Amino acid sequence: MLWQLFWTFLEIGAVSFGGGYGMISLIREKVLLHGWLEETQFLSFIAVSESTPGPLAINMATFIGSSQAGAAGAICATLGVVLPSFFIILLIAALIHNLLQYAGVNAFLSGIRPCVVALILATAVTMGLSSLLGVSTLADTPAPAWQGIGILAALLLLHFGWQKWKGKAPSPIAMILVSAVLGVVVYH
Amino acid sequence: MPHRTLQEEERSLWTLFGTFFKIGLFTFGGGYAMIALLENEFITQKHWLGRDEFLDMAAIAESTPGPVAINSATYLGYKLAGVPGAAVATVAVSLPSFGIIYAISLFFDQFTSLTVVAHAFQGIQVCVIYLIFLAGVRMLKALERTPLNVGILLVVMACMIAFSLLAVKFSSIAFILLSGMVGVAVWGTGRNQKGGR
Repeated sequence: MLWQLFWTFLEIGAVSFGGGYGMISLIREKVLLHGWLEETQFLSFIAVSESTPGPLAINMATFIGSSQAGAAGAICATLGVVLPSFFIILLIAALIHNLLQYAGVNAFLSGIRPCVVALILATAVTMGLSSLLGVSTLADTPAPAWQGIGILAALLLLHFGWQKWKGKAPSPIAMILVSAVLGVVVYH
Repeated sequence: MPHRTLQEEERSLWTLFGTFFKIGLFTFGGGYAMIALLENEFITQKHWLGRDEFLDMAAIAESTPGPVAINSATYLGYKLAGVPGAAVATVAVSLPSFGIIYAISLFFDQFTSLTVVAHAFQGIQVCVIYLIFLAGVRMLKALERTPLNVGILLVVMACMIAFSLLAVKFSSIAFILLSGMVGVAVWGTGRNQKGGR
């Protein structure tokens, strides 16, 4: 178990480009695959992670590690997600300082950039389909969760209203608080 | 580099630890928020780095895999105090998260099993989908509209949603690596064509 946690998060740390939200699709995939968390738990925890300091990847690794195998699990998963960064950066800082100036490396990164954006958008869409419409695969009959759809509509209204009024998007933490209140009211 | 005594080195490692611990403790909102904080701490206040070197660091931290916070801590730690510095800075920036989240994980299940909290979290789950989508849209706006970008974006998005609906297992890792290779292939053909003329 400890080994599996370490190895899975090592893989996540080694290939997740784009920071924070860029890692969500990969973490979600692995977590659901191993049955470590349910989709709803995963979503709840992203909110916790967003409202506490520190990088999402570390928060995720610590939480999942701890929920699966206690303190030892938390340490293994966190080490796993940190080590690839550590060694890659050390290598770049110490030896190949001009790595990013190689055209080939740049070309590789230029392909990855749109891919990461696509992964984030696709993850949001599949999450929305499964938790708001009840459609995870084509075999499912749609079962719209009207309360959830209502909350989403309210959040979007608030978002665009706020943007019009203040000229900037509302802060994530404020939106999380609003949605918590809406949740208590709607699901009561 | 001027010769430093053992005590001075110890002191600089402690300063490094303290600084990165503080940064780990106060960055909400992920890596990009942290870059601003680092800039303030290292350039404006402590003058530990030049602006050019800092921009180099930011470019590297953002284009290598892994959390931006860890990448910049490792890089800056190494630049300021070698491998021990890199290790100290990386541990220091991760520790606050680790401690806070570990504490939360101990009572998270009991907390979310309270009825009111469970309802609040049902609402929050919807909000998180909105936040992820928003993050995607924000990155989409920053992306240049080149044929390569648009092509990869549309193909990957369509494939990923389709595979998920058809319950076909296909890892994001494969998408990432394949897209990277497409990037290299496009660059390679472009170069060959230029060379052939």
